[in-house]
Amino acid sequence: MTAEAAQPQQPLLRVRDLKIRIQMDNGVMNAVDGVDFEIRRGRTLGLVGESGCGKSLTSRALIGINPKECETSGTIAYTSSQEPEAKGEPLNLLALNPNGRKIRSIRGRKIAMIFQEPMTAFSPMYTIGNQIMEAILIHRTRNKKEAKRIALEMLGKVGISDQEKRFDQYPHEFSGGMRQRAMISMALSCNPELLIADEPTTALDVTIQAQVLELMKRLQREFGMAILLVTHDLGVIAEMCDEVAVMYLGKIVEQAPMKDIFRNPKHPYTKGLLRSMPRLGGSKAKRLESIEGSVPIPVNMPPMCGFYDRCKDRIEGVCNARSVPATRISDSHTVRCFLYSEQPGGQQR
Amino acid sequence: MLQFTLKRILLAVPVVFFISVIVFYIIQLPPGDYVSNYAAEMSVAGEVFTQEDMDAMRADLGLDRPVYEQYFIWVKDIVLYGDFGFSFNYNKPVLAVIEQYMGLTLTVSLVTMAFQYFVAIPIGIYCAVKQYSIGDYFFSGLSFLGMATPHFLMAVILMFLSYTWFGDPLLGLFSAEYVNAPWSMDKAIDLAKHMVIPVIVIGLSGTADLIRVMRGQMLDELNKPNVVTARAKGLSERKILFKYPTRAALNPIVSTFGWSLTSIFTGSTITAIVLNLPIQGPVMFNALLGQDMYLAGTWLLFMALLTVLGTLISDILLAWLDPKIRTEFRGT
Amino acid sequence: MRLLPVFGRRQAASAEPARGKDANYSSQWRLMYARFKKHKLARVSLAVLALLYAGALFAPFLAPYGLESYDSKYVNAPPMKLRFVDAEGKFHLRPFVYGLKSDRDPETMRKIFASDTEKVYPLQFFVKGESYKLLGLIPSTTHLFGVEEPGRLFLLGTDALGRDLFSRILLGSQVSLSIPLAGVGISFVLGLIIGGASGYFGGWLDAVIQRVIEIIRSFPTLPLWMALSAAIPPRIPVVRMYFYIVIIFAFIEWTGLARVVRGKFISLKNEDYVVAAKISGVGDAKIIVKHLLPGFISYLVVAATLAIPGMILAETAMSFLGLGIRSPATSWGVLLQEAQKIDNIALYPWKIIPLGTVILTVLTFNFVGDGLRDAADPYKR
Repeated sequence: MTAEAAQPQQPLLRVRDLKIRIQMDNGVMNAVDGVDFEIRRGRTLGLVGESGCGKSLTSRALIGINPKECETSGTIAYTSSQEPEAKGEPLNLLALNPNGRKIRSIRGRKIAMIFQEPMTAFSPMYTIGNQIMEAILIHRTRNKKEAKRIALEMLGKVGISDQEKRFDQYPHEFSGGMRQRAMISMALSCNPELLIADEPTTALDVTIQAQVLELMKRLQREFGMAILLVTHDLGVIAEMCDEVAVMYLGKIVEQAPMKDIFRNPKHPYTKGLLRSMPRLGGSKAKRLESIEGSVPIPVNMPPMCGFYDRCKDRIEGVCNARSVPATRISDSHTVRCFLYSEQPGGQQR
Repeated sequence: MLQFTLKRILLAVPVVFFISVIVFYIIQLPPGDYVSNYAAEMSVAGEVFTQEDMDAMRADLGLDRPVYEQYFIWVKDIVLYGDFGFSFNYNKPVLAVIEQYMGLTLTVSLVTMAFQYFVAIPIGIYCAVKQYSIGDYFFSGLSFLGMATPHFLMAVILMFLSYTWFGDPLLGLFSAEYVNAPWSMDKAIDLAKHMVIPVIVIGLSGTADLIRVMRGQMLDELNKPNVVTARAKGLSERKILFKYPTRAALNPIVSTFGWSLTSIFTGSTITAIVLNLPIQGPVMFNALLGQDMYLAGTWLLFMALLTVLGTLISDILLAWLDPKIRTEFRGT
Repeated sequence: MRLLPVFGRRQAASAEPARGKDANYSSQWRLMYARFKKHKLARVSLAVLALLYAGALFAPFLAPYGLESYDSKYVNAPPMKLRFVDAEGKFHLRPFVYGLKSDRDPETMRKIFASDTEKVYPLQFFVKGESYKLLGLIPSTTHLFGVEEPGRLFLLGTDALGRDLFSRILLGSQVSLSIPLAGVGISFVLGLIIGGASGYFGGWLDAVIQRVIEIIRSFPTLPLWMALSAAIPPRIPVVRMYFYIVIIFAFIEWTGLARVVRGKFISLKNEDYVVAAKISGVGDAKIIVKHLLPGFISYLVVAATLAIPGMILAETAMSFLGLGIRSPATSWGVLLQEAQKIDNIALYPWKIIPLGTVILTVLTFNFVGDGLRDAADPYKR
């Protein structure tokens, strides 16, 4: 059913029908509503969308670190190539006990994560060195000296000079960019197969952003890991990604290789996003477009297109009458919109 | 760090001076003085005090001088000789009276403090981790009740329960046979038994307060991104709980050590009166009512000093526990 | 990381936008009220408080007996049961009480009371009794309910002088419920003026006020209360005594509120909109009233509400020690003096009942305060 199925090698991570429901006082919120995607080894997938679309929940669900309130269903098939433990057989991460030993041996070791706020993601109570060594001590060695050596080496790799001194400093003594570098060094200290980066540059200055992205690209080449980049910034996507999945209201509305998304966007939402992006060389007289309206809250939503209210091309009686199936436009390009359904208004597939 | 401490101590000096003035003013406020009280008491017993007798007694005790002179003499003696004056009631120096009661007062206070923290911190953590569980509601309700019940009545109720269940209201700190006995294992056990009710009663509102603070702090900390980071590293939930949120939540709690000791010290007063404890509360209360002015004054001054000291300790602890402040001092 | 707070405030996210444009234009107070309404416990507590205060306001009318009334025949009488079914099992629509007959315990010589099923006194409404002045103005002799002479109605028993506890709890609530309110009211005004001046003008005034506050706060509250209460002359009229107690409470309490006000003034005074007003030549008074006060008055109300429970407990404690209000006036603390001895509790357990009203009041004030705080500042706990 997908292009990868034909390939001999399994993708690193295959997510199928991922759903996250949150019980609210006034109903059930379908925060993530049937998401499918693959992450291939050494490649970068960008997950883009407005805040509240469920992209962060999706990324956290991969390693099971969402709060208890999130009821998660679906499959997350993880195929490791590094160790015999999986033996080529995919392992469904969602089926594991979220606090169990098995998933913990994958977290941080195989799948590491970095976060948006490097200030609050580190605890202010312990030194940076202490917090970096922690992951190494769990997964790689029990020897403190050895762990410290690895940590210092990693700090060097992410471009922090004077590591010995920095190692013993507290997070508040680091600048924002430095902290994100330290965070990256912590995530990569166990040489993971996948790095999940949740808005890694959002809290940083523009110049620092570029440096951090550059660093991530360099380290990806060096370590050969895959990256899942969660962001709302299309500029970052353009800079980093091989493939892009556009999320809206808990669903992936369009998924395609990066170039296709930018050159040939299909979904009205994707188009809107691209139009609202400032461009070099664009006409100054023209105002940036914005998407009218605001994101509805997916509580007790009837089956319909979530973008209906804000869409310029909506078809009344169709788009608001049933849920939208995914349509394959080419081998690598799918879109979830009735405008591209083979039979607009026709029966569901 | 040392500089910070010294600065805080220096700042406290003028405060203490003003406190001593106010203390002296307050103990002068009630109508009459020790002599008139004494005379009234004696006349009940049938002895008649003439005006001359009273004047002679006043002159003897130095009560005939103007108030400000009395004050300066009092302060001068404190500063120069460490002499806090004379207790008319006990007929010995104030310091000797205080010394007599200080040992047990400190014991009760420190045990109460330990009780507060040992009970409140685990319960606070539990309530935060199991937020909205039955246990959480139970302890939250209990701590609300603890805050809303006046100490002294809690003491009476517990005494009553102890009386109905064990046939002994456990009044005071010692059973009659041990009051004047030399220290022994049995006496210590007896003391421990008698301390249960006072410790619970005195510590109740503090414990209730601490549970609420600890729970709130923990809830804040549990929602912090650094917990998610730790989880993403592959740490076990248990280890995360103790290393990150608990450690961070303890900061403001530990820094209340100073205040807490003070509030236990003063809060024990009424409970001690009801439970008839041989600690400073009732002694000083009677001094206050009986116009035993130097004893009452010294006590008020001592309490105020304790508050200043408690705040000082808390400030220093807070500074010492917070890496942000600590590293500032390391840099300079 | 805007992810997690969503769970804490489940309703807020979905309910607010639905109200649409109206929400943008409603005043701060309306919004606060809307949020307060959602806080169930606080709402119930507010209703309970309203009842308690209404009870205090109309206490002489609601209470079957007055402050001075006592009956030495009924010393330490237990609470009477309001009955619908009599000894023969007959049902009465109008509730009634049995009379009391007393006996002496042959061993202790203590009086023991038992229901005298021979004497039936039906409950009557709007009975004539002792005279009083309703709200201190309207003279009246009508009481809401009672029983006909020589019957007695002791719903909650009597005290050691044979006074009806139910009536005394109601009458005592006038003191117990109003002292904290008056005390907090005065501290509120003091705190606002002094803290405001300190924060707004700064400089040496601020320095002096801060030192004064620091000194007052350095005194442990309870001993200071005790010392000051001990200084009140014992034989003065009740009204003056009441006044003194209120002043003492306010004297200590205002410092906390002044600190809140000062802090808010300092943080608000450098806000752009205040600076803008200053630059355009708006006077100090107008800036304070128009621009600063609305910014934090809600915090102050919350702080004041949360200060009340402490005062109630303090008043109870002082009265309990005999340092508060004294006879002929009464308060819950005074009533509880009789509960000080455990043999009293063992023999006459109803004497502990005023404790229930104290706890109820303190709890409800706490809940209302919590509700107000959440309503005033929904993002901070």
